[in-house]
Amino acid sequence: MNRRTFGKTILGLTAAAVALSFGIGGFAGAVAAQDKLKVGFVYVGPVSDHGYSYQHDVGRRAVEEALGDKVTTTFVENVPEGADAERVIDQLAASGHGLIFTTSFGFMNPTLKVAKRYPNVKFEHATGYKRDANVATYSARFYEGRTIAGEIAGKMTKSNVIGYIASFPIPEVVGGINAFTIALRKVNPEAQVRVVWVNSWYDPPKEAEAAKALLDQSADVIVQHTDSPAPIQVAEQAGKWAVGQSSDMTRFGPKAHLTAIVDDWNGYYIDRVKAVLDGTWQPIDTWGGLKDKMLFMAPYNPAIPGDVVEMVEKTRVDIMEGRRHSFDGPVKDQSGKVVIAEGKHASDEEILKMDWFVEGVVGKLPK
Amino acid sequence: MTDLLILGPVIGSMIVAATPLLYAALGELVVEKSGVLNLGVEGLMLTGAVCGFAAGYSSGSLVVGVVGGALAGALLGALFGLLVLFLMTNQVATGLALTLFGVGLSALIGQGYVGIPMSKAGVIRIPVLSDLPILGPALFAHDALVYLGLLAVPAVAWFLYRTRAGLVLRAVGENHAAAHALGYKVLRIRFLAILFGGAMSGIAGAYLSLMYTPMWAENMTAGRGWIALALVVFATWRPGRVLVGAWLFGGVTIMQLHVQGLGFAVPSQLLSMLPYLATVVVLVAISRDVTRIRLNAPASLGKIFHPDA
Repeated sequence: MNRRTFGKTILGLTAAAVALSFGIGGFAGAVAAQDKLKVGFVYVGPVSDHGYSYQHDVGRRAVEEALGDKVTTTFVENVPEGADAERVIDQLAASGHGLIFTTSFGFMNPTLKVAKRYPNVKFEHATGYKRDANVATYSARFYEGRTIAGEIAGKMTKSNVIGYIASFPIPEVVGGINAFTIALRKVNPEAQVRVVWVNSWYDPPKEAEAAKALLDQSADVIVQHTDSPAPIQVAEQAGKWAVGQSSDMTRFGPKAHLTAIVDDWNGYYIDRVKAVLDGTWQPIDTWGGLKDKMLFMAPYNPAIPGDVVEMVEKTRVDIMEGRRHSFDGPVKDQSGKVVIAEGKHASDEEILKMDWFVEGVVGKLPK
Repeated sequence: MTDLLILGPVIGSMIVAATPLLYAALGELVVEKSGVLNLGVEGLMLTGAVCGFAAGYSSGSLVVGVVGGALAGALLGALFGLLVLFLMTNQVATGLALTLFGVGLSALIGQGYVGIPMSKAGVIRIPVLSDLPILGPALFAHDALVYLGLLAVPAVAWFLYRTRAGLVLRAVGENHAAAHALGYKVLRIRFLAILFGGAMSGIAGAYLSLMYTPMWAENMTAGRGWIALALVVFATWRPGRVLVGAWLFGGVTIMQLHVQGLGFAVPSQLLSMLPYLATVVVLVAISRDVTRIRLNAPASLGKIFHPDA
């Protein structure tokens, strides 16, 4: 269920190997002067993953840059989700941090547990749904980016088959596939999406194998909801298209890379640190989209025709200004039943619980 | 017809997916034939992957990269050999430690190499043959290491069963005391076998980081070292069967992705399990056949040799 849990274990031995040797990355960052606010960040991966954790660390550095005279930041990377996470978060809280960001879904319960022990420390948990008096939650509406990617893919495909490499069948991923497919078929009703689940957030060889399999099945655009650039490399090699994930992956396939849905936490992190400094911090839930600049599209591939760029730019502005929603009705499910009526769009709650595929997706959703 | 034509690239993908397994398993087979059990294949592969990538990236040459990966694997193998042969540590524990060590070491070495792309090796299309329908893309349009891996199978078989050196190596693995009494340098022979195994695991890792997905990512072997270990037993220590096992494994891995893409209503988690399930089933099946195991399993496997005893 979680954002990158699941060590790729074949034997318990491998699990032990991973747990032991990855262990807990060392504490990094400066020791704070007494009067500065100490802000801690907990990452599930290495900051060098050039994907999900990397983008959070970009946010941390933005905080340092903007408010460096008032705060110091600390980060702990490679923190496994589970019991170790609680220890790491507790250690940050105990060592005088006033605000702690825990950036992975699987840190939810450890964060809440530690938060109970340190009522004066403020916590922010990414992509979760449980809050407390001193725990806020935040996430981004990644699906808005998928709408734009879907329109581009619909215009670029020649075979009308899109290959979609998916991680786990959780609502975030399913909603992403649906938002993509709705937009894809809006501009190209003939196109279909083939989904392959790799059951991992990060397994470059497996993602590459999945990309190859999809290309062999005549897909000519590869979309991914996994974090490694391996699928982009495969598409580049085959002379096909690909859409990147989490960060700009152009350098892994300059010809293939159509665009990427890039996470941007900079503004949010700076705002939340400021709120703590001003004393206005509240344990709220934030779910920001394109409008809030929590995500943006990587530069479009120059090979995309001008009228297509114009079209998707209009879509982007429409989404930002509320004229368009990624789940605008009428939307049919795979059986052809209208699930979202004309003139309506899916509510936030419906998106957060999404467990069905829209028409145009090939394959059953694993339950 | 188009449905049939897809078989070519699918079989091709299977053979490519099997290649790293083939290298690592062949190396381990030789090590085990000499009577040493090295459970550190995963660690050796990771070290080979990161060092191969570093060497290839710095030099801009894939050949240098692959050689670098092999050398790194052999070097780490030498450390293992030193421990288990000359300091007589327990082979199982040392092998596991080697895996743990390799995971950490490769992550440390790889820090500066994460997220750097590298261009992929070209495919060598064998003239005429590669233009055949189905068979062409399946067998005759791969990178050099795939062909070399296929050649390594008969080479290892020939060495083990047709050369004097191979006979001596097997003798050492069967009964090290007798081989010692005949004047063979048991430790030296085993050390050389371990070096070979390390180098092969290193090449397997370098194949992943240089050819398969040309980049370095922490823990990118994702358990393939353990599969290679299982393949050796699966193959009852016969090189030809290692090839069959590697293809079978690569085949199930690729097929499950295709089945999903075609939209069959089979849970993907179950499909992801299939390769491992297949390994377990075959292991159970062959383990029941005692004679086959006895005929091929090295009798001194995992036993410590004391030269003065």
